[in-house]
Amino acid sequence: MRNQNRFGTGAGALALAAFLACPTSGASAQSMSDVQRIAKERGLSTGDLLAAAKTFTPSGMKDEYIIFSSGGHSGQVFVIGVPSMRMLRSIAVFTPEPWQGWGYGVGNEILKEGDVNGKANLWGDTHHPALSETEGDYDGQWLFINDKINARVGVIDLRDFETKQIVKNPLTVSDHGGTFVTPNTEYVIEGGQYAVPWGADYAPISEYKEKYKGSVTLWKFDRKKGRIDKAQSFAIELPPYWQDLTDAGKGVSDGYMFLNSINTEMATGGIENKNPPFEAGVSMNATDYLHIINWRKAEKVYKSGKVTQIKGFPVITLQTAIDEGLLYLTPEPRSPHGVDVAPNGEFIVVSGKLDPHTTIYSFPKILGAIKNKTFSGKDEFGVPVLDFDTVVEAQVEVGLGPLHTQFGPDGYAYTSLFLDSAVARWTMGGAYGKGTPEPDWTLVHKTPVQYNVGHIGVAEGDTVSPDGKYLIAFNKWSVDRFFPPGPLLPQNFQLIDISGQGADMPVIYDMPIGVGEPHYAQIIKADKLNPWTVYPEIGWDPQTQSLDPWAPKPKMERVERKDDGTVEVYMTAIRSHFSPEHINVKEGDKIVWRITNIERAIDATHGFAVPQYNINLSLEPGETAKFEFIADRAGVFPFYCSEFCSALHLEMVGYLMVEPKE
Amino acid sequence: MSDSFIGRIVGPRVTPEDLTRRGLRYSVPGFLLLVARVLILVSLFLPYWHMELVAPQYPNNLHLTAHVNQLSGDVAEIDGLNHYIGMRPLGEAAQFERSVGVYLLILLVVLLELAAWIHSKWAVLLVLPAVLFPAIFLVDLHLWMSHFGQNLDPDAPLSNSIQPFVPPVLGTGTVGQFKTVASPGVGLILATVASGTMLVALFFHRLAYRPLTRSKRIEQSE
Repeated sequence: MRNQNRFGTGAGALALAAFLACPTSGASAQSMSDVQRIAKERGLSTGDLLAAAKTFTPSGMKDEYIIFSSGGHSGQVFVIGVPSMRMLRSIAVFTPEPWQGWGYGVGNEILKEGDVNGKANLWGDTHHPALSETEGDYDGQWLFINDKINARVGVIDLRDFETKQIVKNPLTVSDHGGTFVTPNTEYVIEGGQYAVPWGADYAPISEYKEKYKGSVTLWKFDRKKGRIDKAQSFAIELPPYWQDLTDAGKGVSDGYMFLNSINTEMATGGIENKNPPFEAGVSMNATDYLHIINWRKAEKVYKSGKVTQIKGFPVITLQTAIDEGLLYLTPEPRSPHGVDVAPNGEFIVVSGKLDPHTTIYSFPKILGAIKNKTFSGKDEFGVPVLDFDTVVEAQVEVGLGPLHTQFGPDGYAYTSLFLDSAVARWTMGGAYGKGTPEPDWTLVHKTPVQYNVGHIGVAEGDTVSPDGKYLIAFNKWSVDRFFPPGPLLPQNFQLIDISGQGADMPVIYDMPIGVGEPHYAQIIKADKLNPWTVYPEIGWDPQTQSLDPWAPKPKMERVERKDDGTVEVYMTAIRSHFSPEHINVKEGDKIVWRITNIERAIDATHGFAVPQYNINLSLEPGETAKFEFIADRAGVFPFYCSEFCSALHLEMVGYLMVEPKE
Repeated sequence: MSDSFIGRIVGPRVTPEDLTRRGLRYSVPGFLLLVARVLILVSLFLPYWHMELVAPQYPNNLHLTAHVNQLSGDVAEIDGLNHYIGMRPLGEAAQFERSVGVYLLILLVVLLELAAWIHSKWAVLLVLPAVLFPAIFLVDLHLWMSHFGQNLDPDAPLSNSIQPFVPPVLGTGTVGQFKTVASPGVGLILATVASGTMLVALFFHRLAYRPLTRSKRIEQSE
């Protein structure tokens, strides 16, 4: 049956090709006349049929690329296939997620790592995912994601697509310049955003310049342990300029990182007092500052001990950064957004959202200006400012509201245009110039998108070897693109075919995202990922990625009452029963419940849900989990498997009997 | 010697002159038995039997493979499914056979080795167990499968919805939503080829040694 289907689809595609080339031919049972008829009925153009042929993915065919997208307010990461644009799953990170049991029995300890001053913060505003890199190329092993609202970073293991760690930044309250990794994932960069006094302590806003701080944190990643090593991490103090996006240097600029900033005006708002509101005050100057930081040198300074402990965290103070020559500024067009390093690392592309140009800086020129001290002055904190004209390579007028830039393999760069609601294709110069037929540093084409594009993603487009082929516009507004599901409309991910040259870059698919507001996404070749389909052994603890010696195994199922009154449950789950099925405890007992899914078959996931106790676990084949609770409600609680696991799934049930106190 | 019991069992010896004159005639049965021994020894390392279980939710099918000493493949998953119908775990089947299988085959090879030295009709007795081995393997497998398929636990979850069954030991059958496809493994095929080789060897054995036995008898009767 399946083969027949595949054959049928193949024949359909052939018929489609025939239809496009020669509208009268066609012989198979599913002929081009059927395609023509349906296209006519549905009002589809030839371009639509071509787009369908490029994206339609028949049952069983797998996608060539995988997107890891921030999930916006969902606090999650979304995994989506390209070109089908089918969502494969979400990965719970900062927010409890019932299907994965995240926060309902599994991952509770990891969620707790994200507590701020001992208080739970159970939502996240995920912005920028970063795949781990080896020599500047995605290696498919780890994924990092920031939470802008609370300045946290999540670490996801791409063997099982589960979050393993959340770190809370002790210095800043919000982050936006994260996460970005250095070319060998030595560090995960987290740039702060809205300036606050260290650790968000109180200081009146009238003391903004003195007490409010900017910062960038370098989290050391221990690849062997798969965890950020807080003890090897440090931060650099920056002026309170509201540092925005960040990118790590690569190739010739390896060892450096670049941050832009939007509030060099140091505006403090106060519309209610007739002060300029932030939106005006922050946009007043014609230029802001691109921050150029030598992180490798900063690492040496940190290791030599020239740091100040602030909130228990080592910080290279602004003065030390200036004295050691770690930090330089250079003007950049007003209120910039994206800062993106070209594949070889020699160009840094900055887009000022209120300036119609992208500005391209030359890294060799930056190095020259630092060496020759070609400064146009210093900022009011004493940071040297490199002369703009000396370090700029080119400016390209691309359109209104340029935000983010990604790169193709052939010398084209692509920039999102928020106000124009378009994606610009333009040519780079230097070593990239010969790859494109058009002259260097010129706008080639703008493809309209629907609507208000934020980030864009090109397949592996921020690595040392971009693949091109596909570009996705992560549009903020969808307006009229979909059926309106009430006044809260989905975002629109639009797939654009960039395999051609010149003006050939059509939109070929719209994907609504009706969960959260995603920002950035990275697109990796699917064959670089090698996830497990079942856990390696029965009794595997995903939290430690190792066998749990306490994991219940077949024939070891039991309920033990300890001397201190704790009741320990050792339970196994297999289609279609739990063992044991009766758990008898007394009201007020502390229950330590361990459960192992002893299945080895792919997709044989079991859930474990207890009513009125807010417990629901997802146990993938081989997984073991431990959760604890106080049996503080007397009564009878039928627990059951919450995944439709088998024909006798409804019968996969047991009773938790909580006997009332006398 | 020739009159003794052992002499009668071992059969007549070939004289050196005869051996040089008609070497091929005498070496063929020995050579064929050597081939059979090699085939059986090689088969020890190869699977004897496969079963594929085909169902919609298992796009790659479930596989079961039997060597003479082990059962492998998706045993845990098949056991998991079998528990619904009350079938005992596969590991409980043919435990004795699997534990002695390798030694048994080595014994058969030793018997074949001996048979090559025996020039009387008694050689047939030493060869016969090895000839029959593939058939014995399949019959034993069939007996276990019928034993397991017909003695289902009446308290199993689906005991009311499935009748006792015996999947064919070779060929296709049906159990629930599963189609079973059983086929011989390379090991069993080699063992079967070895059986054929042994039968041919016996034919040439008779061709070579029967005239000797007969002439000896005539000698004795004179």
